[in-house]
Amino acid sequence: MTNATSLPDADGHFGPYGGRFVSETLFAALDDLRDTYERLWQSPKFQAEFDLDMAHYVGRPSPLYLAKRLTQKYGGAQIYLKREDLNHTGAHKINNTIGQALLAKHMGKPRIIAETGAGQHGVASATVAARLGLECVVYMGVEDIRRQAQNVYRMKLLGAKVVGVTSGTQTLKDALNEAMRDWVTNVDNTYYIIGTAAGPHPYPKLVRDFQSIIGREARRQSLEQTGKLPDAVVACVGGGSNAIGIFHPFIDDKDVRLIGVEAGGKGLETGEHAAPLSDGTPGVLHGNRTYLMSDDNGQILGTHSVSAGLDYPGVGPEHSYLKDIGRAEYVAATDDEALHSFRELCLLEGIIPALESSHAVAYACKMASQMRPDQTIVVNLSGRGDKDMQTVADIDGIEV
Amino acid sequence: MSRIKTCFDGLKAQGRQALIPYVTAGDPNPQVTVGLMHQMVSAGADLIELGIPFSDPMADGPVIQLACERALSHNTSLAMILAMVAEFRQQNDTTPVVLMGYLNTVEKMGYDVFVAAAKKVDLDGVLLVDLPPEESADFARKLRQEDLDAIFLITPTTTEERIEKICAVGSGYLYYVSLKGVTGGASIDTVEVAKKLDLVKQHTQLPLGVGFGIKDAASAARVSQIADGVVVGSVLVNALGDNASNPEKGCAQVVSTLLEMRQAMDATV
Repeated sequence: MTNATSLPDADGHFGPYGGRFVSETLFAALDDLRDTYERLWQSPKFQAEFDLDMAHYVGRPSPLYLAKRLTQKYGGAQIYLKREDLNHTGAHKINNTIGQALLAKHMGKPRIIAETGAGQHGVASATVAARLGLECVVYMGVEDIRRQAQNVYRMKLLGAKVVGVTSGTQTLKDALNEAMRDWVTNVDNTYYIIGTAAGPHPYPKLVRDFQSIIGREARRQSLEQTGKLPDAVVACVGGGSNAIGIFHPFIDDKDVRLIGVEAGGKGLETGEHAAPLSDGTPGVLHGNRTYLMSDDNGQILGTHSVSAGLDYPGVGPEHSYLKDIGRAEYVAATDDEALHSFRELCLLEGIIPALESSHAVAYACKMASQMRPDQTIVVNLSGRGDKDMQTVADIDGIEV
Repeated sequence: MSRIKTCFDGLKAQGRQALIPYVTAGDPNPQVTVGLMHQMVSAGADLIELGIPFSDPMADGPVIQLACERALSHNTSLAMILAMVAEFRQQNDTTPVVLMGYLNTVEKMGYDVFVAAAKKVDLDGVLLVDLPPEESADFARKLRQEDLDAIFLITPTTTEERIEKICAVGSGYLYYVSLKGVTGGASIDTVEVAKKLDLVKQHTQLPLGVGFGIKDAASAARVSQIADGVVVGSVLVNALGDNASNPEKGCAQVVSTLLEMRQAMDATV
């Protein structure tokens, strides 16, 4: 077996997944990005620049926090939360946008574009663009603009232009199509910051590398705080960038279970979900081969999740590979389970988590109750829930 | 010999260039397509590119995205499109037909099933815009085994190294995308295009079709002076879309546009 940590190969393949399935116009830009990235990522000077921003701008390392009352409630394994919600801009997304904005700067691109679902990646992109004085255009489905009005305003305050996407299902996948179209048209002066560990090579690799700071910290913190590695690492999976970021440094630690939690929506059996690894088949979309939700004719299916950030019919190709080789397990949590954990974390720990991250918390609690108290679970709390106030209040029938 | 080669060889002998219309199969509804194909041939089309509608046509502009949505609202599937080609062939055994679309629809059917079916209905070539040469070895080999042509794109950003690679795997003709961007974008700059075509010709004997940015008879005529084929898509698809509730009128507009282009192209000979 190929060593799983050495992937992708030179053409961006993780086993049969990944690759570069884009129109010819983008190849020169992808080659340029790959070469620039490979050179800079090996450079101590670039690494130092990245690390400095992570420490002083993002506020890293993020704490690894023992959720005592939550642990107590489930009466099993110790539940630790990796507090990505405490990062500047409120989620793990900033780790990636800082890295990619540095690439854009080194490549001399004055304009950046991004796609966004929940708006977290859009905000993180607008943030780094403001800081580096770059023009920023964010594509967002009009359905998501409605659901995430606060983040739309945040992006505008940060100087970005938000473009509403009215095609298709008017959500994240359509925003990605539109950003890709912009990139094809303006490829000479534009850097496309993809927000998740998916898309054509080298994106899945570089996003993973920038996000792996989460797993490196969590591994070190586990050893320092508990004297051992965790028994399981749990993260939510939409495109899968927070999950691959925390999983990757643990891949060679064969005794650490890696568990990705997809959006089960109204239940896998209803078909109204966003869980391609749990209930999809391999196919090609947005530049990579990976598990997808598509119909018998190869058309991409609409998805459903209470969390806009998980509402995506594909997933990063490395997760597809880790699933097939059995190194990571993929499960789903429903909207209701996520909402239950959202409320529980508020009341027991004083932490308002993002609805995305609440999916991971939900499954971790279920697992913990079946485990021993000397065992530990690390949950990636990938974002905070401020952006979800409107969604939850609507569900509660409350006007805020 | 493949119909595509016969077509281009015949035109070359007459000093003419191929007029290549693109329409999305099933747009505005599946009943229209086969009749429209015959009408386009009568209006002077030499080769037909038939689009496979896809839910997420990333390389296309809004015009063709909407055409996909119209076709998919009638559940136009790849199997139905192959049946349309079979029906077209009952009355036309000479005009080459090329399917153009995105990989996922073909992959879902399965390469073997698709290629066998394509052979059976007398399809001539396939162009999948998100299947680059480096990922296409398996598919291109299966197409070749059945004498079907694998058609690839070359763009303004394609390096000489990639041009060589593409020329090595492509057959039938090469499709030069005249501008950076999606279908239905800006207007074409024939001087720039001619420069790039000269470079491509150093690496291949294949005919060169040029598409993107050809909107009217004048631009079609200009392109016919530097290329072997003129591909026209969005302007036709627009006509079908504007008249979606009256397909006959839409088809009539397609025909008149093609007639004008044909005349203008032949006048330059």
